[in-house]
Amino acid sequence: MIFYNKKNKYLTIFLFLLPSVLGLIIFGILPMLGSLTLSFSEWDIISGPPKLIGLDNFINILKGNEFWRVLNNILYYIILYIPLILISSLSLALLLNNKFKGIKIYRTLYYIPVITSWVAGSLIWKIVLNPQFGVLNNLLNFIGLQGPGWLYDQSWAMPGIVLASIWKDVGFFGLILFSGLRGISPTYYEAAEIDGANSWQRFKSITLPLISPTLLFVIIISLINSFQLFPQVMIMTQGGPNGATQVMVERIYKYAFQYYKMGYASAFSWLLFIIVFVVTLLQMKLQKRWVHYES
Amino acid sequence: MNHSKLKRGIIFYSLATLIAIFMLLPFFWMISTSLKNSGAVMTIPIKWIPENPSLDAYIRVFNIFPFARAIFNSVFVAVVTTLITVLSAAMAAYIFAKFEFKGREILFSLYLATLMIPKQVTMIPNFLIIREFGLLNTFTGLMLPSLFNAFATFMLRQNIKTVPNSYIEAAIMEGSSQFKIFKDIVLPLVKPTLATLTVITFMEAWNRYLWPLIVLTDRSKMTLPVGLSLLNGQYGEQYNLLMAGSLISIIPMLLVYIFAQKYFEKGLSVGGIKG
Repeated sequence: MIFYNKKNKYLTIFLFLLPSVLGLIIFGILPMLGSLTLSFSEWDIISGPPKLIGLDNFINILKGNEFWRVLNNILYYIILYIPLILISSLSLALLLNNKFKGIKIYRTLYYIPVITSWVAGSLIWKIVLNPQFGVLNNLLNFIGLQGPGWLYDQSWAMPGIVLASIWKDVGFFGLILFSGLRGISPTYYEAAEIDGANSWQRFKSITLPLISPTLLFVIIISLINSFQLFPQVMIMTQGGPNGATQVMVERIYKYAFQYYKMGYASAFSWLLFIIVFVVTLLQMKLQKRWVHYES
Repeated sequence: MNHSKLKRGIIFYSLATLIAIFMLLPFFWMISTSLKNSGAVMTIPIKWIPENPSLDAYIRVFNIFPFARAIFNSVFVAVVTTLITVLSAAMAAYIFAKFEFKGREILFSLYLATLMIPKQVTMIPNFLIIREFGLLNTFTGLMLPSLFNAFATFMLRQNIKTVPNSYIEAAIMEGSSQFKIFKDIVLPLVKPTLATLTVITFMEAWNRYLWPLIVLTDRSKMTLPVGLSLLNGQYGEQYNLLMAGSLISIIPMLLVYIFAQKYFEKGLSVGGIKG
């Protein structure tokens, strides 16, 4: 270990840690405790101090329909989003893993949605998805299909949001999987080729198992992101039509900053934390069944 | 052999182009819509290329909302947030990596524990704290929480650990101050990580929506995402306006991306770990 002059050492530690630790205390630890206290209280921010009401917020949330509807909405999103993002980003990664001229240009293009802000991306998709004047339904029309009402239709609004999310995220996850693919040693493929394995067999027995840790990572991140869905909903649907796209963060935001029910909103946010935590744990447990780590 | 190579090439280019069209079509539609006048936005059949292109929407959007101001705000906030985040994290990371003191491990595990908690949990009390400080509707209030960033601290600590102790010891022998050692020895040796973090933080700060939405209420203070969502709230049906605003908001980031593409790709594949 480095030898320091004692007095100097502690002064350095203090000064260098000061900004970060102050931030940790004021914007990390205190808010955690505050949020926990608030979740057991009733408070409209204007009148008096928060009033402790025990578990009432949690009971009310879990007893009402809204929380379950919101969970249902998110599940609908997840069921559509996860398979689509896995297939599309893995395909993209496999495509990018070829050596063709001009591939860098394609990579640059695929990345533009990723660097577009969610607010701008959602606005664009709101217009692309317009049932009458939008591009998508007109294209569908062109091949003889009658497009749905998308964001105006209770059962098609969430799929519309999913489409926008795939467009925004596929470049990002594609890049992550692409780096995973590049980590696979070519000797495996050479050996398989000598054994006469066809390309599907090579994909199934070499690529898929060796990239499974990266796939797990993509699944965990996209699940966590799914529970934190927000700008898409705020910009494209405001939670409508008829609550069909209400999601947790949107509810938390509206309860806190539009209805000023700080306690109720805090309880909601703790439920979000618990769900995300459990989902991550479950994934970690389940991974043993299918994720292959090279020893 | 040659024949199958040609076939593969054709398949590759047609697939790659198809995907590129899917990715870029919305942008094309954005540009096309932004150049239409209000009447032309809603016509059937749709016009891919506007018949009488006009810059009306752009002029109006700057009149309705202080967009030039919003661009400046966004750039300013993104740059300063990045500086604060990376500098504060690097200073803390240096201590965690190279100094021994009582309670270091406990303190660092507190850092890591905060990584598990979604931002939405601490958002409400953070708002109340900023309000208590009288910093609502200020850039200071918007950026102050960036002092603490567990992910950046963690990444930099891992990297600074690999800096040989002997370099630091030699500098101490020569009588350099700790600040000088940090600035002239430690930071230059972890430059790639600093670059990666800079890109991640900059993009995050540029795109941030929920926190500025809560903190900023004054139109002249708003960043681009908040301004755009305000525009969407008030002129939600005027598609040419919305698209002109979106295009304006995309261009600065696009320019940064084109010039720093290498760092973006690296930064984002690392940043994914954070979620």
